[in-house]
Amino acid sequence: MTKRQYAFYPGCSSQKGASASNFVTSIQMMCEKLGMQLNEIPDWNCCGASIGYGEGGELPRLVLNARNLALAEQHLPGQDMVSGCPACWLATRETAERLNEFDDLLAETNEALKEAGLNLKGTVKARHIVEVLVEDVGFEKMKQAVVKPLQELKIAGYVGCQTNRPFGIAGESFENPQYLDKMIEAVGAEAVASYDQKVTCCGGALAFSEPDKSQKQIRDIVESAYDHGAEMIVTPCQLCQANVEIYQSEINKKQGTNFAMPVVYYSQLMTVAYGGGVKQAGLDGHVIQPKKLQDIAG
Amino acid sequence: MNDLNKQAFAPYHNDFLSEVEERVEDGAWVKMCMQCGVCAGSCPLGDAWEHTPQKIFMMIRAGKREEVLTSDSMWMCTSCYNCIVRCPRKLPITHIMHGLAHYAHRLGIAPKGQPTRVLNRLFWNNLVKTGRVNELKFSLAMYFKDGVVRGIKNALGMQAIGLGLMKAKRLNPMELLGGHKCKDQVGIHKMVSKAREIEERKKGFTS
Repeated sequence: MTKRQYAFYPGCSSQKGASASNFVTSIQMMCEKLGMQLNEIPDWNCCGASIGYGEGGELPRLVLNARNLALAEQHLPGQDMVSGCPACWLATRETAERLNEFDDLLAETNEALKEAGLNLKGTVKARHIVEVLVEDVGFEKMKQAVVKPLQELKIAGYVGCQTNRPFGIAGESFENPQYLDKMIEAVGAEAVASYDQKVTCCGGALAFSEPDKSQKQIRDIVESAYDHGAEMIVTPCQLCQANVEIYQSEINKKQGTNFAMPVVYYSQLMTVAYGGGVKQAGLDGHVIQPKKLQDIAG
Repeated sequence: MNDLNKQAFAPYHNDFLSEVEERVEDGAWVKMCMQCGVCAGSCPLGDAWEHTPQKIFMMIRAGKREEVLTSDSMWMCTSCYNCIVRCPRKLPITHIMHGLAHYAHRLGIAPKGQPTRVLNRLFWNNLVKTGRVNELKFSLAMYFKDGVVRGIKNALGMQAIGLGLMKAKRLNPMELLGGHKCKDQVGIHKMVSKAREIEERKKGFTS
């Protein structure tokens, strides 16, 4: 089978030893089994994330993202650029769309890019891995690759914000997107259809600056998973994963709850269902141990 | 008023709407707001906003320059984009809030010590330095933003979480000694400086 080629933009949190390093581990086998080859963009830089605006302003932020697009265009021509992180994807896609629409912004961007020896034509499409899975691979193929169905696992699919808004996956609704539930079902697990915090914000970067407000959001997200009988939460977002997993102990401490709800990535489910072990699925990278999934992985 | 703020105010006086339209990212959209309030009702941190986005749009038209720019409201935005997708007039509300926050910050009149404002500055400086975010240095800078004593207290409070992440290999103490970085840091610095220079020129900031 010829593999589909993509220009891969891992993003800062996916680097070795960073907060989502187990995410990048967990997509290796998933991509292998589904015929996707991710080619890392050489010397990529940070996208500015959702809190780059205050100090960074408009053009510096666009230029950061344009550098990655230009590197992809130059080194991996003809390949769609794929991000694993929703914030990276959002920033890159927003940049690509704005520069396509406004010639003056593209000219200014190229004036700045020249300082780094680069030029952007604007031919690269910025996509998210979930888009690639849904649109290029398809649910049927995701299902066919399963060798170890995750039966009897009840999972709350937590989509969060930036995989879903403002762009989202084509054809899905912003209020109740279905793709994550379908991915959970493709690997043989049960998606909690009535999970009502599916697209609630976890507080994002404000988990740092406004911890109490953010932890109120996280409490709702976790509590609803318990209320609906979920055994774990699954998310496509690195920041959602980190926030919802690591602040449960803080909420327990401050509010007397007794939360210990595992939070994993869709790619970890897939890797386990495709026959991967604990290490391959990055299941050794959790603060709250996803015991049931670890047991299935063996 | 500081000099930069005076200079920004001078050409517009009480026509704050024009100032926003010309100098704030996506500010030209403000007049499209029809005051339905869906943004205010959709914000996950809605209760924490002194002035909701709906109110801010009306205040801009009413010339409430000082009240808007010195407010900490815009800094409550979590970038969830709920308001954007629900706005019946398709205003890019998230971007406008970011734009207003940046403008107030740039003029030096945003609330001093506002935690998300501090977070923004630390994050940007952290990422521009090497081209990539150093999560450990960023977290520590955030804990220590209010001084050493508070910093140690914050860090101790987060110790269990830090150790848990270290055990899970998602926080590397060696990052303190350098950590991940881009190869072309020189190019990135020059590129970002150039972009800032163009933006300052375009938006009419002279200092």
